[in-house]
Order: sequence, then C-alpha cells, then structure tokens
Amino acid sequence: MIKDVIIPDIGENIEKGDVIEILVSEGQMVDVDTPLIEFETDKAVVDIPSPSKGRVVKILVGKGDTIKVGQAIVKIETDSAEPSQPQKQAVPAEPIKEEPKVSKPAPEPTKAKEVAKLPKIVAVPKKETVEPEPILGGVEIEPVLIGSAAPASPTVRRLARELGADINKVTGSGPGGRISEDDVKAFVKRIVLQRGGEPTVTAPRALPLPDLSKWGEIKTEKLSRVRALISESVSRSWSVVPHVTQFDKADITELEEFRKNFNRKNEKSGIKLTVTAVLMRVLAQALKEFPRFNASIDPANEVIIFRNYIHIGIAVDTERGLLVPVVRDIDKKSIVDLAKSLDDVAKRARDKSLRSEEFEGGTFTISNQGGIGGVDFTPIVLWPQVAILGVSRASMQPVFINGQFEPRLILPLSLSYDHRANDGADAARFLRWIAEALEQPLMLYVDK
Amino acid sequence: MPDKDNSAQLAVIGAGPGGYAAAFYAADQGMEVTLIAPEKNPGGVCLYVGCIPSKALLHVAEVISEAKHAQDFGINFGVPKIDLDKLRNWKNEVVEKLTGGAGQLSKLRKVNYIRGTARFLDAGTLEVEDESKKNSKLLFKNAIIATGSSPAKVPGLSIDSPRVMDSTSALEIEDIPKSLLVIGGGYIGLEMGTVYATLGSNVTVVEMKDGLLPGVDRDLVNELSKRLQGLFAEILLNTTVVSLAEQKNSIKVSLKGSDAKSQEKIFDKVLISVGRKPNSKNIGLENTKVEISDKGFIKVDGQRRTSVPSIFAIGDVVGEPMLAHKASHEGKVAVDAILGKKTVFEPAAIPAVVFTDPEIAWCGLTETDAKKNNREVEIVKFPWRASGRAITLGRTDGLTKHIIEPKTGRILGVGIAGPRAGELIAEGVLAIEMAAMASDVHLSIHPHPTLSETIMEAAELFDGQSTHYMRTRRKP
Repeated sequence: MIKDVIIPDIGENIEKGDVIEILVSEGQMVDVDTPLIEFETDKAVVDIPSPSKGRVVKILVGKGDTIKVGQAIVKIETDSAEPSQPQKQAVPAEPIKEEPKVSKPAPEPTKAKEVAKLPKIVAVPKKETVEPEPILGGVEIEPVLIGSAAPASPTVRRLARELGADINKVTGSGPGGRISEDDVKAFVKRIVLQRGGEPTVTAPRALPLPDLSKWGEIKTEKLSRVRALISESVSRSWSVVPHVTQFDKADITELEEFRKNFNRKNEKSGIKLTVTAVLMRVLAQALKEFPRFNASIDPANEVIIFRNYIHIGIAVDTERGLLVPVVRDIDKKSIVDLAKSLDDVAKRARDKSLRSEEFEGGTFTISNQGGIGGVDFTPIVLWPQVAILGVSRASMQPVFINGQFEPRLILPLSLSYDHRANDGADAARFLRWIAEALEQPLMLYVDK
Repeated sequence: MPDKDNSAQLAVIGAGPGGYAAAFYAADQGMEVTLIAPEKNPGGVCLYVGCIPSKALLHVAEVISEAKHAQDFGINFGVPKIDLDKLRNWKNEVVEKLTGGAGQLSKLRKVNYIRGTARFLDAGTLEVEDESKKNSKLLFKNAIIATGSSPAKVPGLSIDSPRVMDSTSALEIEDIPKSLLVIGGGYIGLEMGTVYATLGSNVTVVEMKDGLLPGVDRDLVNELSKRLQGLFAEILLNTTVVSLAEQKNSIKVSLKGSDAKSQEKIFDKVLISVGRKPNSKNIGLENTKVEISDKGFIKVDGQRRTSVPSIFAIGDVVGEPMLAHKASHEGKVAVDAILGKKTVFEPAAIPAVVFTDPEIAWCGLTETDAKKNNREVEIVKFPWRASGRAITLGRTDGLTKHIIEPKTGRILGVGIAGPRAGELIAEGVLAIEMAAMASDVHLSIHPHPTLSETIMEAAELFDGQSTHYMRTRRKP
C-alpha cells in the first residue's frame, strides 16, 4: 500500500525548515532508515529517514522548499498488502501494467500516513556556532525602483550591503529619517547581540582563490553540510579566540595497568574503560579546582561567566567529518557511567542518530587522537568555551627514576586555551594538575 | 589547458562607454581583459556616432544661435558663412581625439583590444572574427555583453535611399537640405533637428503622440516647445507617417493626422529617429542559456548577471534608459560582482539630458511617474524669469522644479529646463543620492549670480519662502 511519509515532530518547538537536498529519486527502493531528504531547521541539519521499506513512488517536495512539521514529503509504496509492483516469480492473472508505479491517488485502501522516523543529526547545530546571518543575509539583487530608495547616501547603502543588512529595515536617526553610517552599524550590532553572539564576530571573508588549474588538473567538489559548518565554526573560533597551547606529559603506567585489568574483568559486561573516560572523571574535579577553564568570557561587557555545570564535548571522527556531541553533568556520574555515555554518543555520532540538543551546551572539550597516533597537536578552542584538551597516543619512554632508566608509558597532553580567560601560569598549573591526577588517581579523593 | 593567448579572465564584447569602462576597471583590478569591438579604438556609438559628435554639432548650433541672439543686444555678426567640410572635419577630429585617447588608455592598462566581432559558442567560449576576417576561439572565465543598441527601423518607412537618414548618417551632414522631415519627436530627433534647423534647413518634426519628448514632465517640455516653434518650420503632433517614396531629388511623404486625413508633403531629406533597439542578435546567444525579453533586451539581475552565471550584460542591451552614464556605472557593478563584491545596481537617480536649446534635464522621480504611481509628492517650481543670471543671459525660458516627499521634505526628483540644464542637474543627482532634504539644499550657499541659484530657490519654496519669487502658499 502507498503511504505518505510526513516530517516528524523534531522537538525544540521546531515548526518548519528547508529541504536542502532530496536524497532519493522516484522509483527508488528504500529500506527502513534510508535517508529521504536533508532537512535544515534553525537548529540543525537533519536527515529524515524512511520509516519503512518500499519503493518511492512520488516525491512531494522540491529542493529549497520550506515545509512544515507534519507535511508529507514522499509517497512510499510498501511491500506489504497488495503486490502492486510487478513480482519476478509469480505470473499474475492479468497482464502487468508498468504504470501503477507512478502516483496513483486512486482508492487508497487505508488513509495511510506514516510519520517519518525521528531524524538523525548530520551536522552540528547552528545555535552554538553563532552565525551573523539570516536577517543579515545575502545581497538583495533586485534593484529598487527609482524614487523608493532608502534615505541613505550611496556609501552608507554600500556599507549596509557589505554587512549584509537590509537598508530598508534600518531606522534613520537623521532629519527626515536619513540613515547614517552609525545607524547601520548600530542596527547590525543590535541584531548580532540579540542572537547572543559577540558583536565583533563576523563571518570570515573568503578570499578568492587563484586559478589552480594553471598548474595542473583539478577537480572541484561541493563541501558537505558538515564540512561547511566545521569550516565556519573553526574559522570563527580561530578569529575570535587568542589561542595559546600548553603541552605536558602524564605517566600513565599504573593507570594503564589498572585499566587493562578492569577491562579484562569486565569483558563480559561490555563495559570498556577508556583513557577518555578516565580523563572525563579527572576533568570533573579539575574544572572545579580551576573554574576559569569552565567559563566563557564576554569582553564587550567585561565579564567572565562561570558555569556551575560541567558538560564535556567529545570530538568524534566520523565519515562525514568532525562531530562534537556533549556528555552532560560529568561530575555527577560514576566512571562506569561516563564510559557508557562516551561509548553511546560516539556510536550515535557515527550512525547519525544524535538529536540536535545533544550537541549543545558544552563547557569544555576533549579531542583524543590516541587511537590514531601522533605526538602533540594544537587543537582549536570551540568558542564560546575557553579551553580544549588534546590527547595524543601514549608511548613507552625511558624515564630516569631512582638513578636508572625505567620504561614508562607516557601520555602527551595539549591544552589550547583562550588567553583572555586564563594566563600561561594558570594553564601550566591546570594541565599539571590533570597530569598528576592521572599519575596519582587517589588525589581525586583527597578532600580539601 | 587553454592556450594562454586565447583565453581571458574577462571578455568584454562591445567598447562603448559601458564596455570600455568595465574593461578598464577590471584591468585596474588586476584582471586579464580582452575587449572586442568593430571600431579602430574603443568608443562605441557614444563616441563615434552618438553623444560626442552630436554635442560637437550642437555646440556649433549654439554659437550660431547666440550670435543671432546678440542682435537683441545691439551686436550684429551678419549672416554666418558655413564651411561644411571644415565643420565636418572638426567634428571628426573631436571624435578621433576622444577615441584615440580611449585607445591609449586601453593600451596603458594592457587591455587586449581586438578589432572585430564576437559570438558565443557556449557559456565559456567566444568565436572572434578579427579585422582580417580570421576566426579564432577565445575561452573566457567571465564575459560582459556591452553590444549596445542601433537605430530602430520602421518596416516600410526605412527605405534605402541617401535621402533617408538615421542618426548615424545625419551626423555626417553631407549637405544642408532645404527641407528636412524629422520622424520622431524624441531626444535624437529634436537634437538633430536643432542642428539642421540652425544650419539653415526648414525642419518639420512629426510625432505620433500628443507632445514632444513623450514621458518627460510637460512643464519642462513646454519651455522647449515654445522655442522650437520658432526654430522649426512645423511641429506635427498626433501624426503618423504612412509612407515614404523617393522621387527625383526629393522624398514624398504621406502623413496622417489626428483628424485621420492624409496629406502629402515633399522634403529634400528625411531623418528617421523613432528610437533604438538592443543589439542582442547575431552574438550567438542562442548557443547559451542567456534569456532575452520579448523586446530583445537581455535579462539580467541587479548585479547585471544574465541567466548564465559567467555572463553579464550592461548598457543599452539590457534596457532603458539607454544612456552612456548608466552603462558605465553598470559596467563597474558587473566587474565588482565578478570580483565577488557585494554590489548591486541601485541608483536612486539616473540623470537624463536632452541637449536641445533650451536643454531639458531630470533625475530621480518625475512628476509624471509620481502621478502614475499615485505617489503623494509636493512639487515646487522656480521660474527662471526670477533668476538674475537668466536675465543677464537674455534667457528667461527656463524652469527648475523639485519633486519632494511631503512628510520628510526629502528631494525625490529634480527637473530643469533652460540653457545649461545638463550641467545643473548633477546637483540634483547628488541631492537625491545623499537623501538630501529641501532644507539641505537651500541651506547650502549657492554662488551668485548663477543659474544654480534656481535649485536653491526652488528648494526654499518648499519651506515657504524664496527671496526672488513670491508664491501663494496653498497651505495656511
């Protein structure tokens, strides 16, 4: 039978969004969970997966359409009930008509409507990556009629255009409502502030590339949505945050031994204690000792904002690129719970089943490249956070102890931080604290 | 990889004031530019057979008419002797000087100027035919179409005869015909009619509509009509030309007036000036997805981009008003768009000037358009008989008017009729673009005694008081 697939309630009061891409074509067979369309809301970009197995008979929306929650997007003919598609084996009594594949609004047996499965997040939510965009949109390229231009000089009109502000929405402070340069700037500032961003943040201007084909063959590919969002997010962080990276090393020989024993004992239960889980537990304490690393800085108002919660973002390497889901309230979780949560978000980041709010609200981020290799790197702080901990692969190194070299397992740590919020000495102390806690885990239980 | 000699970052087709302004600006911005046009040097219609030569001839007409006018002041120069060959040479020298200068500027900027024609093979390739009829391919990253317009022909009327001229051949002033019929009372007809009438022809103007310069505010046109009635032998309004027939040494013209009666007249020569049509044919647009309107204009967006993203179009070929300065501005907008700048063609005012005597110039919103769109405006007019400077020139046949937004006092449009109106209108453009209010204009001190004071005093009228002109206020 033929079912309408509708946009499900995605939550967060989202009522509508835009179709960015249609991922299936009419006639195509789809499985449960095959992504049907890429759907962009104010909060996130999501794939709307198919709720059932069958054939797409009709696509009801177009690329670029704005559609509402509850609206039908495709008609799917499911395998069940009447075999309206030609079967390979059976010889039907009537001659096979090839047509009925196409939309047959005819007598629908049941008013079949099926809500698409809850979508999977395919990109980091926009909220966290503050874009000075919508109202400060693209260039309005339809020229105005003579006699109806906004009361502003050509230079001011150009400024507004360059800032992406609609001059017709700017209130002029001059006589007769004339709009000055200051009026445009104030307008833009107000919008950026309303969105909770920093007034100084503007999307980095893309420089035009030289003609790369001059030196050899090239191939151009469109950036995926995730790639484009990462690009925007890191550019913004890079331009806003004065970065410094502090390096340190922790001797995790004993920790590693404990971890291996623990994992061996718990093999059956499936709980796997990872270095990242241990680090989260350490950070739960460290960030309480050093609250300035769990803060945000607002230079416009000359304040630093401390958070009484600790949510750790975990950088996950996925097929589509870097995703940073957040594990919440890590200071209230046991190390075993942390290990479970970590495993869960990492898995769901890879199979695209995270919800948009699961990317929001991080206070500090861990990026662990230990599984890949390398020694030391300088991660980029995920603004508006003020620090990120990079972890590289641990290696056996000779350490001079009690008059002789001993083989010890050494873990390289790289802490990038916003120098506006903390100084070098703070960072050195903070990172040393973490290293020592990894070396002497009992420290975590020494009450002060 | 394309041969370097046969590729360009930017190809500009047509080298009128739109094309060469775009090419020069692009070159100054560091682009490799190829500019293609059929003439020896850049210049296009404007420099070769339009604005420039016609203004040279109109200057001559002005000298003659001023000399005649001097009789009123007790100065008699006698009847002028006209050396037509010398006059033509002088006009040609003016053209050569300007186009040669444009050629120099093109070389200095290292623009690759190809004398020839070009047609699109696809959205990235042009076929260029050079002077020696040799064809070559030119690959481009972006192209700007600036092919301009040509005089419109009327089926049946545009007969092939040396006695029937269009604006291009009229500029050659082969002779001064005893009688000349000008078909079309638009700016080209009136300007060329003025030249020939001043040189001594009996000029008759025939216009289909009920007034000269259709679309222009009537009060401005009236200042001109009064004088033209003395200059021209006849002005026939609401009249159409039914047929032209070449006879021995003359052209027989059949005219039909509003009374539907036909009459026949004989003229030595006829000038057809019924408008211009865009040159969007024969440039290979059918090989691209560039869209063209039913009037033949290339469709563009606010950045002058056609429906093919790599191809832009500017100037007469994209639509009215067909004015050189509009084209130049569009050329820069298109280049900025190619450079990725956030730019758009959105003038608050495009000035237009008719170089008759008196001149007529306007910019921004016209009274006619305000009425058509039911736009509430206040009109203030300052007649030149109250201007000291106009009186010293012996020319009080002028009018300066502002079209003003009543609530704010903002100037939306300016219209001027009178000698030098074309020079004066620039202040109006600046006022409108700067969103000036009437008070901004009249609180700015204007030099005395000049015609520019009329702009100041007209603005004063909006605020209720003008030094040299008394007007009964409508409002209490």
